[in-house]
Amino acid sequence: MRIPILKLHNYLLISIQIELDDQTAIQFQEDLLHKIHETGATGVVIDLTSVDVIDSFIAKVLGDVVSMSNLMGAKVVLTGIQPAVAMTLIDLGIHLKDVPTALNLEQGLIKLRQTLEE
Amino acid sequence: MNSQSCVNIEKEWDIVSARQLGRNLARKLGFGTVDQARIATAISELARNIYLYAGSGEIYFDIVEDHPKKGIRIRAIDQGQGIEDIGKVMKDGYSTSGGLGAGLPGVKRLMDEFHISSVPGAGTEVEVVKWLR
Ligand SMILES: Nc1ncnc2c1ncn2[C@@H]1O[C@H](COP(=O)(O)OP(=O)(O)OP(=O)(O)O)[C@@H](O)[C@H]1O
Ligand SMILES: [Mg+2]
Repeated sequence: MRIPILKLHNYLLISIQIELDDQTAIQFQEDLLHKIHETGATGVVIDLTSVDVIDSFIAKVLGDVVSMSNLMGAKVVLTGIQPAVAMTLIDLGIHLKDVPTALNLEQGLIKLRQTLEE
Repeated sequence: MNSQSCVNIEKEWDIVSARQLGRNLARKLGFGTVDQARIATAISELARNIYLYAGSGEIYFDIVEDHPKKGIRIRAIDQGQGIEDIGKVMKDGYSTSGGLGAGLPGVKRLMDEFHISSVPGAGTEVEVVKWLR
């Protein structure tokens, strides 16, 4: 299964609406990096509103995709992390400290615009 | 729902099936959304460890009662390579696969009870319980 990546001006928007198995997560990582390269996008929002489990593997993939995108010159914001997911991540000892986050997609876009204009 | 359920872990997708089954059981038992997420995440970690390090194994689910307490018990059992040094693998950040090393210590924090036993060369068994509050 593949996660659709939408382009909006200079941004890429992703809303993860399916159950994330390992293969899908890795495929998404690859697809996103190619899409950034292809489109020259400067910002990416990954919306996690519908994701109800983020375990250590998926957290690693998400953290890595943020660092990899940064290396390529695109800023990534994660949005919509559910309260229950935030709590389990902390129990796992995963703080995603260097990862920009926002409450929802709209706030994510605002945050991107601010960071990119700085 | 008093009978025991089991998911065989053989392929990657079984990790997803196991955590979905566990979450449904937890919901039916009356766990709230946060505990459901904790239980599903713990199962995901245990199932992935079986898949990655043992190749295959089973995850058993059942309901435990310790009057007046009620909870869900999950047992992850494999006949894989086993673990030499349990103390080491329970440390945050220890991984032999380039992972975050968050799995086992994380599962211990996510659940109320945690027991691990392992025989090098013979296999590993992890048993965890979450009590209903
Ligand atoms: N069922 C098992 N059989 C054999 N070795 C295991 C098993 N489960 C865990 N281990 C060993 O314990 C180590 C720590 O496991 P843990 O789940 O904490 O971290 P990880 O799997 O390496 O990374 P993460 O879970 O964060 O992705 C593993 O790297 C592995 O060497
Ligand atoms: Mg693990």
